[in-house]
Amino acid sequence: MNEMTKITTTLKDWETDQEVRWCPGCGDYAILKAVQRTMPDLGADPSNTVFISGIGCSSRFPYYMETYGFHTIHGRAPAVATGVKLANPELDVWIITGDGDALSIGGNHTMHLLRRNLDCQLMLFNNEIYGLTKGQYSPTSRQGTNSPSTPYGSVDRPASPCAFALGAGARFVARGIDIHKGLPDVLKAAHAHKGTSFIEIFQNCIVYNKDVFEEFAAKKTAADTQLHLVNGEPMLFSKGEKGITLNRKTLQLEVVDVVDGDWAAADVIVHDVTNRSVAHMLIEMQFGEFPMALGVLYDDPRPTFEAAVVAQNAAAAAGKKPDLQALLNKGQTWTVTEDGPEL
Amino acid sequence: MATAVKQEEPNSPHPDGAENVVVRFAGDSGDGMQLTGGQFTLSTALAGNDLATFPDFPAEIRAPQGTLFGVSAFQINFGSRAIETAGDQPDVLIAMNPAALKTNVQAVRAGGLVIADEGEFGKRNLDKAHYETNPLEDGSLAKWQLLKLNISQLTLDAVKPFGLGNKEALRCKNMWTLGLALWMFERDREPIIQWLKSKFAKLPDIAEANIAALNAGHAYGETAEISGDGLGGGHITPHKVDRAPADAGTYRTVTGAESLSLGLVAGAQLAGLPMFFGGYPITPASAILHHLSRLKEFGVTTFQAEDEIAAICAAIGASYAGLLGITSSSGPGIALKGEAMGLAIMTELPLVIVNSQRGGPSTGLPTKTEQSDLYQAVYGRNGDAPMPVIAARSPEDAFYCAIEAVRIAVQYMTPVMLLTDGYIANAAEPWKIPDVDTLERFPVSFMTEKPDDGPLLPYSRDENLKRPWIKPGTQGLMHRIGGIEKGVDTGHIEYGPANHQTMTEIRRDKILGVADSIGDQDLAYGKAGAKLAVVGWGSTYGPIHQAVARAGAAGEDVAHVHIRNIWPLPKNLGELLKSFDRIIVPEMNTGQLKTILRDQYLVDAKPVNKVSGQPFTIAEIAAVIEENLS
Repeated sequence: MNEMTKITTTLKDWETDQEVRWCPGCGDYAILKAVQRTMPDLGADPSNTVFISGIGCSSRFPYYMETYGFHTIHGRAPAVATGVKLANPELDVWIITGDGDALSIGGNHTMHLLRRNLDCQLMLFNNEIYGLTKGQYSPTSRQGTNSPSTPYGSVDRPASPCAFALGAGARFVARGIDIHKGLPDVLKAAHAHKGTSFIEIFQNCIVYNKDVFEEFAAKKTAADTQLHLVNGEPMLFSKGEKGITLNRKTLQLEVVDVVDGDWAAADVIVHDVTNRSVAHMLIEMQFGEFPMALGVLYDDPRPTFEAAVVAQNAAAAAGKKPDLQALLNKGQTWTVTEDGPEL
Repeated sequence: MATAVKQEEPNSPHPDGAENVVVRFAGDSGDGMQLTGGQFTLSTALAGNDLATFPDFPAEIRAPQGTLFGVSAFQINFGSRAIETAGDQPDVLIAMNPAALKTNVQAVRAGGLVIADEGEFGKRNLDKAHYETNPLEDGSLAKWQLLKLNISQLTLDAVKPFGLGNKEALRCKNMWTLGLALWMFERDREPIIQWLKSKFAKLPDIAEANIAALNAGHAYGETAEISGDGLGGGHITPHKVDRAPADAGTYRTVTGAESLSLGLVAGAQLAGLPMFFGGYPITPASAILHHLSRLKEFGVTTFQAEDEIAAICAAIGASYAGLLGITSSSGPGIALKGEAMGLAIMTELPLVIVNSQRGGPSTGLPTKTEQSDLYQAVYGRNGDAPMPVIAARSPEDAFYCAIEAVRIAVQYMTPVMLLTDGYIANAAEPWKIPDVDTLERFPVSFMTEKPDDGPLLPYSRDENLKRPWIKPGTQGLMHRIGGIEKGVDTGHIEYGPANHQTMTEIRRDKILGVADSIGDQDLAYGKAGAKLAVVGWGSTYGPIHQAVARAGAAGEDVAHVHIRNIWPLPKNLGELLKSFDRIIVPEMNTGQLKTILRDQYLVDAKPVNKVSGQPFTIAEIAAVIEENLS
């Protein structure tokens, strides 16, 4: 985000007059509302905000935000965003993408965006399916997914978005759930982070992959299936009766029982968002044996790409006059007169 | 076309009076032939000759030494009259090893001079070049004047005082050779000596060794028994080629890649915009990225993207945010950019796409020239996706074409494709540096406020059918754009059948309207109504113009039309073409402009095609002209 003047707005200021065209019950509605609700809290200025998307259900998002918006082509939103941000680093840039858009056709751009650390928020709506093309399995679909293109079940292993992001060099990795009330806090943390903020949002595709996240997203069982990470707080779940600890022999995370709320005695880890090694482990925790880690998994800023480009451009240009005539005359020239050429 | 102001009578093919001389330096990739050629070019320019060059180097960076595919050559044509091609047949070949001899000697005109470094003609090198016997000894070169010199040994002797290792000492061979060449044409060594001193400023020993080699080569010419009775006669006498008539002014040599880069910078300045250049390494386009990345003080941001698609998408993003977005590539990369070009067409954002064409399809001939991306440029996108296309005809022209591409892009809010090719990109010619104050400015304006009388309409139109350019960050003008069909005026998503019809027609008409701003097609030679018109585009300008002028001087009724604006075509072109009895279209492809002309004007344009990776020779075009006039 930028050091910008805070603007007073309401949720209404962020809604467009366009009819929202997602399927009834789609998780995208909840995400849209969460974003529109968060923007006033950020003090963000609609005139200075740009939503850039690729192709897919999620990528219709910009049409519904009363900001500048660019609905680009499949997988390329990070590349377009890079040009936008390098052209005007003052803009507050949000990338909206999906699992197919960001990890399949646009995987290369996502990787390089994260590696370069362009200052922007990337929201990856992961529904583990290609919705807009009517339900083919996606790079995040679980093995065995039945779909029109995999009638006998998919055979390839799914990508892990957050592991991909961290591996590509992300300095901010977070997870949220479309309908979860904690999503605005994740968005705020992402916005506060200078650099690429990678946010995976589990989004329910009501038509082609209904309730695929139900086992950890369901409200009823959430206490036992979700681990909400808070910086500086112990990693506790199940109403504080369980926690995450590190087995020092195997160097693996483990679930431990916490007796009488004494998490320290149970050696429960205190979440430190700057600990990259633990972030890797949290991302890799297999659901079932472990709860699903949600919230800000990792947040450790370092200088941004556009700042480095601007600084280098300025340094390279320092003291030089942009004299076009002098540029054209550069190098070995000679002058032709009536007497012929001379150096 | 270079320094000469007026077209004098055309060159004779075998100019023993040396109105022009063609020299080719050929050696191993590691022999520094391109460097030698470059410095010989400078000395030629300083001698007042007009000139054109053709560097021809292998795709491999360091091909195994001495092999046939590792040969690197540099040809220069210079003379006392206008020079427009690098020359059909070398008068002089300097071959640094057997492979260079083998791959180049057949091009030399009969009776021409072949200078060979016999020190390199040992069994090992002969084997590598697949020579069974030594061509310097077996009489197989009888057709040419042969001069055998042990350049390797002579260089080693010359640089001995500097104590270099054998390998380093031998690297001075090219300077020895250049010294000899300078002597042959009575050139001044001083500018080369100055250049060596500055190039090796941090390595004075190397500089001095190279200078010693240069001087030794020159001295060898002066003192050794190689003089005789002229280029045509047998041995060498120093031979000064007269100056070509030239406009007064300041000149430099430029390659097409340089002049095109300078033109882009000039275009951005004339538009009053900072530039964003997104590129990805590819031969022969990379040189543009290299040039521009050193020009930050001109408001240039260069971005080496992760791939061709990201390069154009970032440029589109930058244009969206109010900069002049530019991307550049060659055929394979342009193919990858196709979808994004459609996005720029749909969102109506300015963008310049430079295509330095090379031999195709696929990887094709990366370092060889071809004009086979014309279909790709004009038609190569999904949907009805019209886009202006401009083709540069020479290094000098590339400067002005780049400015023109920028002008059209910003004045019509459209991507523009600028075609050049490997030949133009690498060829060098003298360039009369323009006075920047004479270049016409075309400052852009952005929409900064809502119209007083109604809502914000991002797809409203001006008289050119151009939509407003609105930068994100502008207070209160928030709107959404994208690749989905947009409603007339509003730009909202709109799938309606009538709307798509209307928008498709607007996009078509807007681009056709560019023709209003480009002027009429002129004749490069001859008159409307001629018996035969030779119609070309791009880098074939030189050989076509020379061949047509030659035929014209011989009294034939022939014209030369060279098309710069490929799309939209100039408004008078149809009428002009219909005035000719016959039309031939020489192209370095299998007939792409021919197809467009036939399609647009129903004229009987006949193809003349060459796809060997080498430019047309004047003689080839002349032969076709003759055939079509009889």
